[in-house]
Amino acid sequence: MDLAIIVGLDVISGIASLVLISAGLAVIFGMMKIINLAHGEFLMLGAYATVLSVSAGVNIWFAMLVIAPVFVGLVGVIVERCLIQFLYGRLVDTMLATWGLSLVIVGATTMIFGNTIVGVSSPLGGFQVGAYQSSLYTPFLALMAVFLMTAVFGVMRYTRAGLIARAVMQNPEMAATLGVNPARVYMATFGAGAAMSGLAGGLLAPVAGVVPTMGAAYIAKAFITVVGGGTSLLWGLISASGLFGFINQIAAFLTTPVFGEVILFIAAVVLIRLLPTGIAGRFFKGRL
Amino acid sequence: MSAPLLQTSGLTIRFGGVTAVDQVDFTLREAELRCLIGPNGAGKSTFFKLLTGQLPPTEGHVHLRGQDISGARPHEIARQGVGIKTQVPNVFNALSVQENLWIAARHKHTPTFATELTDKILTQLRLTGIANKEVGQLAHGQRQWVEIGTVLAGEPELILLDEPAAGMTHEEVERTAELILEINKSRALIVVEHDMQFIKMIARTVTVLHQGAVLIEDDVARVLEDARVRDVYLGKGLAA
Amino acid sequence: MQILTGMKGALIGSVIAAAAIIAAPFYVDLFQIMQLTVFAAMAVLALSLGFIWGYGGILCFGQTSFFGLGAYAYAVSAINFGDSTPAILLAILVPVVFAALLGYFMIYGGISDVYLGVITLTVSLILFNLVNSTAGDFYKIGEARLGGFNGIPGVPTFNLPGNPGYILTPEQAWMVTGIALILVYLGLRVLIASSFGRIIIAIRENETRAALLGYDPRIYKLITFMIGGAIAGFAGALYVNWGAFVSPTIFALGLSAQIIIWVIIGGRGTLIGPVIGCLLLQWMVTEIGAQQALDANFILGAILIIFVLLVPKGIAPTLRDLALSRLGRGETAPPEARVKVKT
Repeated sequence: MDLAIIVGLDVISGIASLVLISAGLAVIFGMMKIINLAHGEFLMLGAYATVLSVSAGVNIWFAMLVIAPVFVGLVGVIVERCLIQFLYGRLVDTMLATWGLSLVIVGATTMIFGNTIVGVSSPLGGFQVGAYQSSLYTPFLALMAVFLMTAVFGVMRYTRAGLIARAVMQNPEMAATLGVNPARVYMATFGAGAAMSGLAGGLLAPVAGVVPTMGAAYIAKAFITVVGGGTSLLWGLISASGLFGFINQIAAFLTTPVFGEVILFIAAVVLIRLLPTGIAGRFFKGRL
Repeated sequence: MSAPLLQTSGLTIRFGGVTAVDQVDFTLREAELRCLIGPNGAGKSTFFKLLTGQLPPTEGHVHLRGQDISGARPHEIARQGVGIKTQVPNVFNALSVQENLWIAARHKHTPTFATELTDKILTQLRLTGIANKEVGQLAHGQRQWVEIGTVLAGEPELILLDEPAAGMTHEEVERTAELILEINKSRALIVVEHDMQFIKMIARTVTVLHQGAVLIEDDVARVLEDARVRDVYLGKGLAA
Repeated sequence: MQILTGMKGALIGSVIAAAAIIAAPFYVDLFQIMQLTVFAAMAVLALSLGFIWGYGGILCFGQTSFFGLGAYAYAVSAINFGDSTPAILLAILVPVVFAALLGYFMIYGGISDVYLGVITLTVSLILFNLVNSTAGDFYKIGEARLGGFNGIPGVPTFNLPGNPGYILTPEQAWMVTGIALILVYLGLRVLIASSFGRIIIAIRENETRAALLGYDPRIYKLITFMIGGAIAGFAGALYVNWGAFVSPTIFALGLSAQIIIWVIIGGRGTLIGPVIGCLLLQWMVTEIGAQQALDANFILGAILIIFVLLVPKGIAPTLRDLALSRLGRGETAPPEARVKVKT
């Protein structure tokens, strides 16, 4: 029974972390139909922002929840203005440019901070389930995932910005004729997506080894989740995270975390053979 | 009695709430030339996409010489002998005119014979002068000819032409009409066209589509005199 | 005709290159020969992506998967058989089978370019993690221990076919690698000039039109993808032969990015472009490695961005376009020269 609770917690935390590490990528993919290959580096920048702020004496909660997303969000806006905006309509070139950007960010971070692991300690203690020990940080991450999804839903559903975003998502040309400037929407999208990645990176900082190359450890799962989910912003992400998080944790529990990832990938490839446009393309077409 | 060349029964496709092609029963005899007309949005191009497998029907069937080809993939239907010139020119832009035709001819033939066949069609369509030009650099009318040539090079038994005269000069339109009659000596065609002058040049039997359904199918003279057809083209609702 | 004259030039160039390869050991010291050997092995890898991306229009971001699988297949079988000949064959066969499986799911699933790029990249990331985790006695194939992140050291290098006792000297290994590069290049030239080659170019140009002419684009793309896998796997064997060593870094993201960069700067839609891009970049990375001020990733990333923004066609096609416009020829370049920059 205790074991079941622990496995259950694992599954929830697996789903929550997929939601968190994929959210920024999913927002950009849903709106702009491109995969941001610098996504892992956005996570990394969020983690660095947190670690550096904490070591400068900033409160860890403030560093994770405010500084990391704001900083990476700004980076996103700058990247969009200086790079992405020149490549609109060239999907593949945009992806290649973000890949170049990813290398530049890794290289720059290595030059500045060196290739050593830094970190912060977890701000929350542990708790006991029978004979098993678990960290309070796990349910906190789950809470953050729920909060983030609720926030995205609220913004998209009930605000003017969300309405405009949905219009551009459905039909950029049509939205442009209605006086919406898609370029500004894309800039905001890229910034918002980057901020979410920054937040995820900040939240990862206490539980991950923070190094310039840490992004690579997370992007495979994020890519699988977003590709499996499809271009729907919210339901694709949630359904794919739910399905893949479950598969991944159960497989990891039965084998090893690495084989869990392999099984996750195989499941995703079989899924896209059956549903080439992702879960959302099939079941949540035209929804958020 | 042998099966007709092409027969659709209850052919229907819906996109969401819109029925683009609605219960179409259509029959084409061997070596027949049929014109398909109708206002914009009548479902003509969608009907062609159903015949060539680019879209799977929601309901109904397509039979080619008695064989059910509904839901088959485009390349399978092409191999059964159906060739199409689509409404928007569908060509290999970065390849030369000669290469475009050669690729089509190569499917059935050896490379050497494909080259011979390509030369023959280039001459027939008077494209020899631009044979080595890249298709992407040609004018719209010329691209139309290249696509027609590509279709001919595939030697289909049933040819579908979607607006073959669009964007052509008056002289080119006349040549297109001659060419269609020439092709029709040995093969069946279905031609979609808006240009009524063009239709008069080539048509014998005409089928009119309206809102995805067959409105009338008759001899060309009778169709063009029909009050309902005129109403449809002038935009009056049929229900009124 | 254009293709034939093009082939003639390629043949003459290849003969000259082959002569240079054979002559090199007499003029260049051993260290440089070793350096050139790994450059040539990597150039074969560059050709594999140059072919499937530039001609097949298949956007594969994870060509390292096949390269790495070939390298590991070679290492494991060379250790087990003690003979390089069957090992080289397996280094080609294993990636081909993998490419067939992966390609089937992706290509027959009808997924978009963006998805294909991301999925292939993900494959390489996962293979990296997977092979990294194979430390310990449990992960053993026959005699060969996979060794996790430490990799497999002491892999037998190429021997004379049929005579495992005769191990090639570094100079001979260089000649084999260099000649292999030329043969792969010529083989691809012939393939591209063949009916198959023209058809895959046609499919790249317009998949719908190709299907409406009776060609099944899926099978052509799958075969192209598998050929790319075979060549990349072969490059993997050449690579292991150079260092007698293989480790999971062969699957690493950095190498995946480099292959893409080779092809981008060399030019999509040519074969010589990716080879030039590969040689240039490798030489540059070696130079950067010798100094400490600038990080190689930083430079590579900057180059990728600059080329995507300013020279999207790459070096070889841009030079050719310039030369052609100088000559003022209205005729088109031979088909293997033409590039469609995929958007």
